[in-house]
Amino acid sequence: MAQMLVRRGAARRRKGWVAGAVAGACLALLAGVAEARTLRFASQGDIATLDPYAHTESFTSNILHHIYEPLVRRSKSLEIEPALATAWRQVAPDRWRFELRRGVQFHNGNAFTADDVVASMQRLMDPAARARGNVSQVTAVEKVDDFTVEFVTRGPYPLLLNDLTGVFIMDREWMAANNALQPGNISTRTTTYASTNANGTGPFRFESWRPDQALTMTVNPSWWDRAEHNLTRIEFRPIRSDATRVAALLSGELDLIVPAPLQDLERIASASGYKVIEEPSLRLIFLGFSFRPELHAAPGVRNPLLDPRVRRALWMAIDLDTLHRRVMRGKSRTVGTLVAPQIPGYARELDQPLRFDPQGAQRLLQEAGATGFKVRLNCSNDRYIADEQTCVAIAGMWSRIGVGVEVQVESRTTYFPRMDRGELDIYMLGWATLPPMDAFSVLSALLATRGQGLGGNNPNGLSDPRLDALTAQAAVEMDEPKRRALMTEALKIVRDDVLYLPLHQQPVAFAARAPVEVINHADEFVRLWFAKVN
Amino acid sequence: MLQALGARLAQAILVMLTVTAVAFLMFRYVGDPVRIMAREDATVAEREELRVSLGLDQPVAIQYLNFVGRIASGDLGTSYRNNRPVADLLLERLPATLELVLVATVLSLALGIPLGVISALKPDGVAARIIQAVSLIGISTPTFVTGIGLILVFAVTLKLLPSFGRGEVVQLGWWATGFLSASGWRSLLLPGITLALYQLTLIMRLVRSEMIDVLSSDYIRYARARGLPRPYIHFKLALRNALMPVITVTGLQIGSLIAFAIVTETVFQWPGLGLLFIQAVGFVDIPVMSAYLLLVGLLFVLLNTIVDVLYALVDPRLRVRS
Repeated sequence: MAQMLVRRGAARRRKGWVAGAVAGACLALLAGVAEARTLRFASQGDIATLDPYAHTESFTSNILHHIYEPLVRRSKSLEIEPALATAWRQVAPDRWRFELRRGVQFHNGNAFTADDVVASMQRLMDPAARARGNVSQVTAVEKVDDFTVEFVTRGPYPLLLNDLTGVFIMDREWMAANNALQPGNISTRTTTYASTNANGTGPFRFESWRPDQALTMTVNPSWWDRAEHNLTRIEFRPIRSDATRVAALLSGELDLIVPAPLQDLERIASASGYKVIEEPSLRLIFLGFSFRPELHAAPGVRNPLLDPRVRRALWMAIDLDTLHRRVMRGKSRTVGTLVAPQIPGYARELDQPLRFDPQGAQRLLQEAGATGFKVRLNCSNDRYIADEQTCVAIAGMWSRIGVGVEVQVESRTTYFPRMDRGELDIYMLGWATLPPMDAFSVLSALLATRGQGLGGNNPNGLSDPRLDALTAQAAVEMDEPKRRALMTEALKIVRDDVLYLPLHQQPVAFAARAPVEVINHADEFVRLWFAKVN
Repeated sequence: MLQALGARLAQAILVMLTVTAVAFLMFRYVGDPVRIMAREDATVAEREELRVSLGLDQPVAIQYLNFVGRIASGDLGTSYRNNRPVADLLLERLPATLELVLVATVLSLALGIPLGVISALKPDGVAARIIQAVSLIGISTPTFVTGIGLILVFAVTLKLLPSFGRGEVVQLGWWATGFLSASGWRSLLLPGITLALYQLTLIMRLVRSEMIDVLSSDYIRYARARGLPRPYIHFKLALRNALMPVITVTGLQIGSLIAFAIVTETVFQWPGLGLLFIQAVGFVDIPVMSAYLLLVGLLFVLLNTIVDVLYALVDPRLRVRS
C-alpha cells in the first residue's frame, strides 16, 4: 500500500493524465486483489502427509477435508449430514445400504461411483493402513450397482455413520494409474504417490505442498455442493512458534491463525482491524485415579483412593472457581461430567461440579480414616492449555486439607506412555470423544475394564461390572434414545462414585483480520468452506 | 597424506558410531512413538501391533545394530510421522539451512573483522567502547529474544520485512534457493542477522584481541620504524597474521551454526533441518532424529578436517612440518 502511494505521488508530479492512468491501474489492481480472495491461514504444525489413510492425526484430517470428502460429513452445527452419500438405511442388523450422489467429479475430471468407495475402503482396511482402526467395525464393503454400496459391520454397530465422517473417498482410477491402491506404510517401507499428491471431490483443489512452508489450494468451480464460502484460494502456512504466529497476523502477512495463544488474546482483540473468535472446545479436562491396591507414592500402604469418600473429598477440596478465573484466565467452562453438551449421552443434571467445601472434605477424609495420606499428581506440560499450572494449583488446594501431594510434570512424549503403563497415581487427562463425537468413546476407552479391545485409556485398574455391562449394551443398541440413556447412566455412576474428577472444558480461540468471517467449531476443525473474506 | 586421511576417516566413523549410540540411549527417555502415532482411543492390542511392526518391541541393542546395518547399506529409514524416506526429508530441508548459515557466516565475517580491527586500532576510543558494549549485549541475549525482537520491530511495527518463512524460492534441480528472488532475500535478512549475531560478536572480539597482540609485536614495530604506509601495516601485515584463529573458529562455528540454527529456524519458521529436528522430537520420530544427529556429527568431522587443511595452506610453517 505504502509503495502504491509513493508511486501515485510520483506520477502526480508528472503530467495529469499519467497520474490518472496510474491511479486507474492501481484501482484495477486493487479490484483484482479483491476478486481473488485468498485466505492465508496458519496453524502450529504442518500436516503429516497427503495420504488420508497413512496417519491418525485429526489436524491432518482437518486440512485434507478441504480436498477430500467422506460419504457423510458434519454440518455447520456438527450434525451428521449427507455428503457423497445422499441416503442410507439399515437393511439388516449388520448391513447398511448407502445411495451415492450422482454427477460428482473428482478434481481430475473422473466420475465418482461405487467402485471408488469400494476401492477406498479396501485401501483403508488394508492391514498396512495406519488409519484402519477408524473403521475397525467394518468387515466388508460391497457394490450393489454404480451408485449403491453396502457396508457390513461386525454385528449391530450404532456408530458407523460417526466413523464414516472421517473416511475420505479417493478415486480408484487415479490410485490405479499411480500405483497407489495400497496405502503407504512404515513397516513395509512403502511411500505412495498419494502421500505427496491429492485428488478428491472437495470444495478445494490441491495445488502445491512444500512441507513446513506452505500448502496451497484453489477453489473447485465444479463442486457438487453450493459454495457458502467466497474464497478463490487458500494458503496454509504452518508456524510453530506462538509469538511468530501472532506477529505474522499483526504484520498483515496472515488472515487467520488457529489456535491463537491464550496469553495473546487481549492484545490481538485490542489491535485495530483484528478480532478473536472463542469457543469452548469438545475437549474436557479431568483427573484420573489409580485403582490399584497400592499407590506409587506410598508402597506397602493400602491405596486410600479406593474409598469413594476420599475421591469425593479431593473433588470438594478443589476451588474450581479460582482455577477458572486465575489459571484459565476466565476462558474455560467448569464442568461436572466427562462429555461436552453437544455430545450424545450428555445430561445437564450431571454437569454440576461438587461445591467447594474444604471443611467438608476434611470431615470426609476423617470418616474414611485417610487423613494426611501421600499421593503423586502427574501432568503433562505441553498437551493441554495451562496443564502444568492447573496441577500446581490443585496440589496447593489439596495440601490445605492435609493431603501430601508430590507434583510431577513432564512432556507429553514421556507422560502418556507412563500413564499407559499405569505408573501414575492421579493424572490429568483430556478427552474430546473425537472422531466419533459420541459419549460411547468415553465408555469404551475410559470406563470399561481394560482388555478385549476395550479400556485403551483405562490403565489404572478401574473395573466396575455395572460400567462394563452398560458399555456392552450401548455398543450394540440401535435404538438411539435407549442408547443415549445407557451412556448417561454410565456417566451418572462416574459422577456419583467420583471415578474421574472433572475439571473444565478447554477454550479454543481463533484470531483473524476483521474482514474474515470464519466459524470456530467445538471439535477444533477449521472448515474454510464456511469462510468468507469481505 | 593418504595415511593421515585414512586415520581421519577411522576417527570420523568412531565419532559417528558414538554419536548414534548415545542418541539411541537417549531416545528411550524421549518418549514412546507408538502412543503418539496411534489414534487417541486406540485399543491396547492396536498399539502393541504397531509397536511390533516398527520393531520397537526388540531390545535397544538389537534396534541399534539394525540401525547401524541400515546406515551401512546407505538407508536412513522412513519417517514415522511423514511416512516418507528420511533421506528425502533431509535433502528437502538442507538448502534452507545451508543458505541461512552461509548468509549468517558472511554477515558475521564482513562485519566482525572490520569492527574488530577498528576496536583494536584505538582500544580506548569512543567507537571501540561502544562496539564493546554492544557486543556484550549481542553475546548475552538469547537467540529467541533477538529473533522475536527483530520480528516485532521490522515486521510488525515497520512492516518492512516478512516475519516468517523463506519467501519465494527458485528450484534449481533438487535445490530450492532463496538467493534468486527479491522476497527470498528479504526473508533471509532477519533470520540471517539473528543467527549471525552471536558469531559476529565472537569474531569481533577475537580479531580485536589478536590484532592488539600482533600490533605490539616486533615486526610491526620495525615496519612502523621503516615508515611503511599505515594501511599496509594494519591490513597486509598485521591482520593477515591475526586471522589464523579466526579461520579456525569460523570453520568450527559453521558446524555449530547448523546445529544451533534450531532456535532461529523455529522462531522464523525457517523450513530447514533444525525445524525438522525439533518437530521430530515432538513426535518421537526416531528415524528422523537419529539421521539428523548423524548428519550433524558428519558435518563437524568434515569441517574439522577442512579447517586442518586450510591451516596448512595459510600457514607455511605447518606445511613444512608435515
